[in-house]
Amino acid sequence: MPAVESRTGFAKRDFAPWADRALAPLLRIEGVTKRFGAYTAVDHLSLDIYQGEFFALLGPSGCGKTTLLRLIAGFERAGAGRVVLDGVDLAPVPPYRRPVNMMFQSYALFPHLTVEGNVAFGLKQEGLPKAQIAERVAEMLTLVRLEKFGARKPHELSGGQRQRVALARSLVKRPRVLLLDEPMAALDKKLRGETQFELMDLQRRLGLTFVIVTHDQSEAMTVADRIAVMDRGRLMQVAPPAEIYEQPNSRWVADFIGSVNLLEGRAGRDGMSVEGTALGRLHVAAKIAAEPGATVWVAVRPEKLRMTPTPGSPDRQSALENDVAATLVDIAYLGDLSIYRLRTDAGVPLQATRANTAPLAERGTGANDKVWLSFPRDAAIVLTR
Amino acid sequence: MTDAHRTRQKPYRSFMAKLVVRIPYAWLIAFFLVPFLIVLKISLSQTAIAQPPYTPVFDLAAGWHGIARLFAGLSLDNYAFLGSDPLYFLSYAKSVEIAAFSTVMLLIIGYPIAYAMTRTPRRVQAVLVVSVILPFWTSFLIRIYAWMNILQHDGPLNRLLLALDLVREPPVWLSTNTAVYIGIVYSYLPFMVLPLYATLEKLDESLLEAAADLGCPRWKAFWLITLPLSAPGVIAGALLCFIPAVGEFVIPDLLGGSRTAMIGQTIWTEFFANKDWPTASAVAVVLVCLLVTPIVIFQHQTMRGVERD
Repeated sequence: MPAVESRTGFAKRDFAPWADRALAPLLRIEGVTKRFGAYTAVDHLSLDIYQGEFFALLGPSGCGKTTLLRLIAGFERAGAGRVVLDGVDLAPVPPYRRPVNMMFQSYALFPHLTVEGNVAFGLKQEGLPKAQIAERVAEMLTLVRLEKFGARKPHELSGGQRQRVALARSLVKRPRVLLLDEPMAALDKKLRGETQFELMDLQRRLGLTFVIVTHDQSEAMTVADRIAVMDRGRLMQVAPPAEIYEQPNSRWVADFIGSVNLLEGRAGRDGMSVEGTALGRLHVAAKIAAEPGATVWVAVRPEKLRMTPTPGSPDRQSALENDVAATLVDIAYLGDLSIYRLRTDAGVPLQATRANTAPLAERGTGANDKVWLSFPRDAAIVLTR
Repeated sequence: MTDAHRTRQKPYRSFMAKLVVRIPYAWLIAFFLVPFLIVLKISLSQTAIAQPPYTPVFDLAAGWHGIARLFAGLSLDNYAFLGSDPLYFLSYAKSVEIAAFSTVMLLIIGYPIAYAMTRTPRRVQAVLVVSVILPFWTSFLIRIYAWMNILQHDGPLNRLLLALDLVREPPVWLSTNTAVYIGIVYSYLPFMVLPLYATLEKLDESLLEAAADLGCPRWKAFWLITLPLSAPGVIAGALLCFIPAVGEFVIPDLLGGSRTAMIGQTIWTEFFANKDWPTASAVAVVLVCLLVTPIVIFQHQTMRGVERD
């Protein structure tokens, strides 16, 4: 199935249920709209999420990602459209009967209950026998490495421990879908990094479906099988992280995910070049999906720009490469990599990054140095919108 | 708070800052401790037909000798007297009973009001808070007189009941315990509603969402989450009502009958009718000791709340 192959090409692991047309999604969001007064938080949005997926809703604040999560949980009612789980329309199902659980951004731990009491809360609502509740609570606390803290109250825990209690509490009922609202926003950077990997590990071990809301793109890219990039209540692109980064479908997505150099031009007559950009004629690797003469944009990621002191590129004559002379304006040294701000002779600002692999002394570039920038044609992404 | 925070040395405070911290202490010493010590001293004295009507009196002119004689003249006789006459015990018991029952009624009436207030939009809440304290703009005494008028034999209440055919004979309200309860509940309601509202208003809405998310319907979440978390407000409101209600004088005096002898009236009678200042003082001192117990409980609760935050 070549169609499937091309769509799974960017998948992280050998797991791409969204590419399998025969598979029914676990969670279907069909044309859902949610308005708050005159403000449209979610705008006619449709989305399929599959069993076992780690799915991320990513977008700037106010893009509607949390509202979408709350619509799934049942805390908000959709003005239009349906939320379907396992083929069942959730509209008439109140939040306390939905087989989904949510981990709140504030954690929302019950301050008057112990850690055990918090984790057991959901099971008690189901009316399970006491022994079974105790067993499952203990099992869950072991899973999040809090077995020694069961008798503590939330205010006696650190932020990271509280976060794990919230996770245990939302997982203990084995939800069909676990909704995570900015679960790591309150953690410091280092802990966040570790927790992301723990969360992925947990999700795969339990085989559950996770939907995470985040505004942190590196977090989304780390944990998610697929990312839905949202803006103003609409989906901009839904794809695996690598595809979102390597093949953004619009200027907005290209600019939102990572940094990018954007150059406006017109689609060339041969369909393999863009004319009239600030850097002149640029060659691209794939056929441009636009009529010749139509306005298109070339996006080049900063790390794909090669910086050399001389125009000594061997591919230059064969026109496989694009190149331009530029002056170095500024260097931001970030430790692992450096960001170079450049200006072409025509005054176009560009950005390049380079991993600091060579020892500091051997990197002999400084401000006002003349450099030669080049990038292969397959590094040029052509965007038509 | 970690231990490191606790053991850290006190931060430097300027003279002004120290002064500001001490103002409440100065206030308490001047207006609570000193008057209390005076009352305590009188309670240990004996009645006398004199001015002031007790002995011994503080005689500065006699110097050290006078002070020694003062202490020699003090005795616990009045307290022994309180124990010997059941009138006082019954009066205390009646006061505590009326105050406790009123407090329960205040909770039953005040909690739904406070809860409903937190459920209204923000702008409306401000108006509601003002309306709760609005009765304070009229003198307390006038409001109790108004109740005397409402509750009298041919007053508006009885006329309404007769008009609605709810009663055949106009019931007697004034000079009954019911009238005292009505007066206390009416007058103390803001003291119950405001602390309850303050607690409920702070309640994190996401806790109720979390409860719902975990399979708990709204009505059940009220019992499992809202009510336990509003305990500090319940305790604060109950104490703010119970403590002054125990010593209430005006309401039982104006609305209650001679049979509802609350402790405030007993003190009044001892002071003004019997001119027995030492016994009156002893009654008052015992009352203060009785009320310190709930205040200590309240303090304990508040400190626990502070630690949690």
